[in-house]
Amino acid sequence: MSIACGKRLAAFGLVAPLLLFLVLFFVWPLVTMMSNAVSDPGAGRALPQTAAALSNWDRSSPPTPEMQAALVDDLRTTQDDQLIGDLTRQLNSARSGFRTLMAKTVRTVREEQGAVDLVQVDQRWEDVSFWQAIAAATASPYTDRNLLAAIDMARSPTGEITALPASASANLAILQRTFVIAAGTTLACILIGFPYAMVAASVTGWKRQVMLAAVLLPLWTSLLVRTAAWFILLQDNGLINRLLQTLGLIDAPLALLFNRTGVIIAMTHVLLPFMVLPIFSVLIAIPTNLLPAAASLGAHPLRAFWRVLLPLSLRGVVSGSLLVFMAAIGYYITPALIGGPTDQMISSVIAFYATGTANWGMAGALGIVLLVATIALYVVYDRLSASGTERA
Amino acid sequence: MTQPYIRFDKVTKAYGDFTVVEDLYLDIAKGEFVSLLGPSGSGKTTLLMMLAGFEPPTRGAVIVDEKRIDQLPPHRRNMGVVFQSYALFPHMTVAANVAFPLEMRGVPKADRKQLVDRALDMVQLGAMADRKPSQLSGGQQQRVALARALVFEPAVVLMDEPLGALDKQLREQMQLDIRDLHKRLGLTIIFVTHDQSEALTMSDRIAVFNKGRIEQIGTPNEIYDHPTTRFVADFIGETNLLDGTIETSDASGLTLSLPGGKRIRVAAGSNEAAGKTVTVSLRPEKIRLGADAGPSSSSGNSIPATILDSVYHGDHLRMVLDAEGTRLIAKADRRFGDLQPGSKAVASFDPADCWLVRS
Ligand SMILES: Nc1ncnc2c1ncn2[C@@H]1O[C@H](COP(=O)(O)OP(=O)(O)OP(=O)(O)O)[C@@H](O)[C@H]1O
Ligand SMILES: [Mg+2]
Repeated sequence: MSIACGKRLAAFGLVAPLLLFLVLFFVWPLVTMMSNAVSDPGAGRALPQTAAALSNWDRSSPPTPEMQAALVDDLRTTQDDQLIGDLTRQLNSARSGFRTLMAKTVRTVREEQGAVDLVQVDQRWEDVSFWQAIAAATASPYTDRNLLAAIDMARSPTGEITALPASASANLAILQRTFVIAAGTTLACILIGFPYAMVAASVTGWKRQVMLAAVLLPLWTSLLVRTAAWFILLQDNGLINRLLQTLGLIDAPLALLFNRTGVIIAMTHVLLPFMVLPIFSVLIAIPTNLLPAAASLGAHPLRAFWRVLLPLSLRGVVSGSLLVFMAAIGYYITPALIGGPTDQMISSVIAFYATGTANWGMAGALGIVLLVATIALYVVYDRLSASGTERA
Repeated sequence: MTQPYIRFDKVTKAYGDFTVVEDLYLDIAKGEFVSLLGPSGSGKTTLLMMLAGFEPPTRGAVIVDEKRIDQLPPHRRNMGVVFQSYALFPHMTVAANVAFPLEMRGVPKADRKQLVDRALDMVQLGAMADRKPSQLSGGQQQRVALARALVFEPAVVLMDEPLGALDKQLREQMQLDIRDLHKRLGLTIIFVTHDQSEALTMSDRIAVFNKGRIEQIGTPNEIYDHPTTRFVADFIGETNLLDGTIETSDASGLTLSLPGGKRIRVAAGSNEAAGKTVTVSLRPEKIRLGADAGPSSSSGNSIPATILDSVYHGDHLRMVLDAEGTRLIAKADRRFGDLQPGSKAVASFDPADCWLVRS
């Protein structure tokens, strides 16, 4: 018993550094970012009694005296001007006019003692929409505002989720573009990687070593260096254009830089190993006599490929695609250096919010959207591969 | 033999410097059952692969039905192949595996089902039609491979140790089934095996391979009773190989002097010259053991022997004898069970049972 216990302790001791590392550098930042994305900057904290009073309001009937009294109480007790300021900004972004209204109200409430009729202070307190904004802001310490904004949505004053006008935000469009670029890269990786892996699996000895090294080599070079190399290669007077021109295939240089073609070329090169390696490992595990067997049974090589080799290697193609796609949707440097303004992917928006405007809430929310998309993909893959192994 | 259906004409196969099959001639008639027998690595699989079209011969021609088939791709050769390692398609069910050749030949779906069922019944796997190969035992997989290679009734069936993974009972059953099928459909079968008794019971002819060459080809009877080389005699069944010097030779055979000094008569090799060293094969079951030389002692050979070892084999006893300096193995009837190691006996055998082999 004590020996088993000791063993378990020793085992735990061995994995403890890894666990600690994971918690510190993976779980904790993840949780922080996620809570940043959904936590409310202050409405709930600044107006606790109002929050309670509004919780059973139907959000359409005229404001009651209890609600007014609670708000007055909250504004008096909350001395933290920073908090009030945050609150005002938040409310103002939901309903314009709050800035002046709050300033006026706070001043009056603090000057006077006892009950205050807010409508006397400002007519606008009769307006339901201001109360709706407060109700929405104080409903819970969490908010879905960032998450909704990440997918171009917002809550209306009455609390329904509505789409933002196209001019107000472009996150969905960028998200969609991200998926399109990632899908394009994945497709290009399959088209190049599958035949490559097939050849690599069919040769032996040094030829195979060379082929695998050629794929692996880019992995040992920094991403930045590789992207910079493509930057040089894809220029108007870069190697590729000059080669094509020398060969007489084109008259004027192709535009390969600062557009999507360039982005997909560079990303395909960078991500190709993640496609080739899984396919290769599946292919070399396929018994070598299956294709001869198919031929002996009367299958033309193309049919043998279609009926035997392809179904058996599909697992490698799917896992390779998943790896490439998931890596691709997070790409930042390559589109930033090689793409044009319409080729920026969601990571650049995240970077903009995180480092440009210090809006950690939005950065976190977009991150969550990306994470959810990735996890959804993984679940689909898992289902597919589970049913695949069941069948095999 | 009638016009050969399949002919290997001076075929050589080499991988780089390594010659696997060398200058091989082999004629096979239509409807014949030929076994290829030989030690591991002797080139049997290579021969099949050249016939099926997976390995091109380095030199020589493979001719089927009077046409060279070098240019014919494997999928158009119409030969059923049972691979040494089954080669079942792991992603297809047993039924789909067996239906594959029919599908490739455009057999309508409705007929396919019927043919597949019949083929699976033949190998007693009707109940497993919906399983994946990975859910079958080795022997069951082997039977699926067999069904798959036979279902489209190819003119030629190449089998690379198709029964290797089966237990004795099933093996014998399948041997009978294959024989039966061979007769019924008039199939030409080339059957690779390690098991000499399988080769002896099933084949019309046996080709004994050694190091990429055919040492001897002939009916089972010829191969067993009249092996031409030392290798064949030793490889097929158990035998005593006696080296001796010819003392005299005459019309009825020759007299041989064994290393221990004992002389024996051999009813063969009358044209061999005296003084030459030759090897004689003597099957253990041809040796009679007795307390004395026995009734035919006048014409036969008899050597006094000491029993060194006696092993019980159920239907017989396998004796190791020291016959005046020559080690002999004899198969004795069970009534000699009282002959204990150390006791004396006389080993006698007919000159006609001594067969001269080349070394
Ligand atoms: N692709 C290859 N390259 C080099 N040598 C090979 C190749 N294929 C087979 N050989 C060699 O050819 C020889 C004959 O092989 P083969 O498979 O024909 O033997 P076999 O008689 O079928 O043996 P077994 O009874 O063990 O199956 C072996 O020594 C083997 O190592
Ligand atoms: Mg073999």
